[in-house]
Amino acid sequence: MGARPLTLGNRNRELLYLGAVGVLTGIGFASVYIAQQAVVSWGSLGYAVFFFALYLCAHVVTRFTVPDADPYLLPMAGLLTAVGVTEIYRLGNADAFKQGLWIVVGVVLFAVTLLALRRDYRVLEQYKYLFGIAAIALLFLPRVPGLGETVNGARLWVKVGPVEFQPGEFSKIFLIVFLAAYLREKREVLAQGRPKDLGPLLLIWGATMLVLVSSNDLGSALLYYGIFLAMLYVATARFSYVFVGAILFLVGGYAAYERIPHVRDRVTIWLHPWTSSKVYCPQSGGLALRQDCQSYQLVKSLYSIGNGGFLGPGLGKGTFTTPDGHQLIPYVTSDFIYSALAQELGLIGASALLLVYMLFVARGMKIALQADDGFSKLLAAGLTFGFALQTFIIVGGVLRVIPLTGITLPFVSYGGSSVVANFLLLAGLLLVSNRANTQR
Amino acid sequence: MNRQISRLSMVALLLLASLIVATTYWQSWAAPGLAARQDNQIQRVAQFRIKRGLILASNGLVLAENVRRKIGGETLYFRKYPTHGLASQTVGYSTQGRSRSGIERSQNSYLTASNANLGTIFDKLGDTLKGTTITGNNVVLNIRPNVQRLAENLLKGKCGAAVLLNPKTGQIYAMASSPGFDPNKIESNQGYASILHSPGACPGSVSSLYNRATQGLYPPGSTFKTVTAAAALDSGKFTPDSRFYDPGYCTEYGQKVSNAGNPEAPEAFGNVNLVQGYQHSINSVFCNVGMKLGAKRIIDQAKKFGFYSTPPLELPSGEIADSGEYDFKNHRPFDNPGLMDPGRLAFGQDKLLATPLQMALVAAAVANKGVIMTPHLVKAIRKPGGGTLVKVKPTVWRHAMKPTTAAALNTMMQAVVTGGTGTAAQIPGVLVAGKTGTAETGINGVYDAWFIFFAPADDPTVAGAVVVEQVPGGFGGAVSAPIAKQLMQAILPPTSK
Repeated sequence: MGARPLTLGNRNRELLYLGAVGVLTGIGFASVYIAQQAVVSWGSLGYAVFFFALYLCAHVVTRFTVPDADPYLLPMAGLLTAVGVTEIYRLGNADAFKQGLWIVVGVVLFAVTLLALRRDYRVLEQYKYLFGIAAIALLFLPRVPGLGETVNGARLWVKVGPVEFQPGEFSKIFLIVFLAAYLREKREVLAQGRPKDLGPLLLIWGATMLVLVSSNDLGSALLYYGIFLAMLYVATARFSYVFVGAILFLVGGYAAYERIPHVRDRVTIWLHPWTSSKVYCPQSGGLALRQDCQSYQLVKSLYSIGNGGFLGPGLGKGTFTTPDGHQLIPYVTSDFIYSALAQELGLIGASALLLVYMLFVARGMKIALQADDGFSKLLAAGLTFGFALQTFIIVGGVLRVIPLTGITLPFVSYGGSSVVANFLLLAGLLLVSNRANTQR
Repeated sequence: MNRQISRLSMVALLLLASLIVATTYWQSWAAPGLAARQDNQIQRVAQFRIKRGLILASNGLVLAENVRRKIGGETLYFRKYPTHGLASQTVGYSTQGRSRSGIERSQNSYLTASNANLGTIFDKLGDTLKGTTITGNNVVLNIRPNVQRLAENLLKGKCGAAVLLNPKTGQIYAMASSPGFDPNKIESNQGYASILHSPGACPGSVSSLYNRATQGLYPPGSTFKTVTAAAALDSGKFTPDSRFYDPGYCTEYGQKVSNAGNPEAPEAFGNVNLVQGYQHSINSVFCNVGMKLGAKRIIDQAKKFGFYSTPPLELPSGEIADSGEYDFKNHRPFDNPGLMDPGRLAFGQDKLLATPLQMALVAAAVANKGVIMTPHLVKAIRKPGGGTLVKVKPTVWRHAMKPTTAAALNTMMQAVVTGGTGTAAQIPGVLVAGKTGTAETGINGVYDAWFIFFAPADDPTVAGAVVVEQVPGGFGGAVSAPIAKQLMQAILPPTSK
């Protein structure tokens, strides 16, 4: 360190960027306050101060546990969570408070992970099958009678006392750990194409896919499939695996389209959200225009995005309810948070938000490049790609680039499990980064 | 593994970059299309923050204004219609729940200051930066409240429509559709239901939301003889002096097509010329003209008058119907003269349907020497702070017939009023021209009573059409001509009364 007196250390940089994020958060909340109450009150800054303090704690932990880790990731996570909480607050205060609590839980788990694994996270490799089995077990949890809850036709939730969570969010991380460890060990033999070694891999992956598809969680199924193929490619450098995977995906997708009505509905909505004559509406059992029935959510969210225009009206000034309080966009804080943000911030703001995601992905991939052992590389690449693909699946669905499937937007959407799981992902990336940079 | 990771990052970044592209598409390219969708409630509610422009009659009478209400810390502007329904279908409504109609819909971009005129863009930008409420532009109509009110009163208790316009400029003075409604009631569920299911003065007919003047499709009956006569004269095959013998019927496809009145003992006029045939509205004369001309020539002439196209009026496209022969099965105009009955087409029956606006334009064409001016409801767009943004200037829409033909028809239409079927429209001291129509509705003895007209015939300042729906035994000359007379009197200067 002493050899480069003029450059800021990684952690000092992190602190500087966190300061900038704190200021932005303050401005964001003030803007919502002004739009809603026409006054700036100190209360509006409460959230910003609280946020800054929370991330300061996280920063102190990184200083001690991962001093050489990438300085950009934590501030970016801070920015994304702040944008999410600000928008959720703007859409309804009660949820914002809960989301704030979940962020605290996320930061605590983040700190615990860093502290526990600060010496060498690679011990995780030894428990790879445990992670693989845990990933499946977590996915199965909502099926357990008395525990599971069905929300919007998908049984993805577990309820313990007052706490609800989606185990699927954690399952994703566990699966990536398993894949990283397993592929590190078997990559040479896999690259030579010995089908026998694919066995455990296909078993665990197949089981997760089966659970996901059978529980109607198509978004997650797509996500897991993508992560699996990406990591297999990184480990083996064999494009043929990706090719075969893509063919299998097309065949499977077609079969699902033919056999599963739920899948066919999604594709129909995607291709033809608007109809000019009335079609069968499964919700009501009668006839209705598709935009008033099955594609209601998608179409309303597109209207929200379109209404933003180039600059958008600004935080707190978008239109989400009628004057008598009737909601205009369903699930606006979870699946459709992006359409809310795109309306209020306009093209400029929405693009900036996506650029933050791209920057996060670029940093994550850089960590994967810098890491010097196979497990670390695969772990960082898998976590980062999972993050990118999840963002693509939900935002692409909302933007009608691909069929819409409900999953969360990392760090921004309302949802406890999602936020907490993403903090674990962040901890993983920082651990890999720290080790790579320390070794230099 | 680094090569694979680099490639994977490219894929990941491309996926995310595609989201920026897609967002750009929806927020710039596709945004106007999304905003125009009828089920886009977000757009509609968002526009309640805008102080919408006023809609004014030609004399400045306010037809639509705003009520300010504070809801949840926001100032919103709701519509109020102080006249409680003057020109209700034409002005239309703007609500949160039920979208918009009429001028409120067609002029929405001016009324919300989202039109692309440079002045408006600067004013709006100024308002946005200052944080003041955006104020829309005012729309001034050509509608004259006294004429409009008179038309609505004369049609009260009946179902029908009246359109009055200036044949030289296309300015619409009155556009009435009866029954009307109170647009203030649209927003409430109960009010809307009461409008939808208003006790029907007209059996089996549509709701009062429907603009009969532009959407109402009626068989034009004998008023269409004007178009047939224009085709006959334009073709050169007939002159006003062409001779006919009327036995009370004409023979088409080996069957008798009778004149109006009792089919068992139809009125027979004997030896007549084309002028007399038109003056007394003799079906057999026009039936023979039609058979000689053929359906194609009549339809071609009708197209010159604007049939088979949507008049370019400032109303939403869904609120103006095309006139022409209709295929009743799929409710669309059909354009195959080979399948039409030329004899019946010639006197406006067969499957011919026309809107009151279209028939008013037929009268206006004769009045204006064969030239149809573009009809305009809107007189001007005014900026909220004063000053005119757009002034609507008269433009030519169609050349319907030769000027000589128009001159001959002018004389023929005067003959109808001086000594034919339309004497009830006579105004002392004014040359009035007109044509009656008594269209069969499919119900025996029940007719749609028409009158199309213009005055003064030597220098016309007003032309129009009146139709009263489904009158038992109601002849155009007896039912609609007196209404037309009073409406013309309301427009013509008092010295000529």
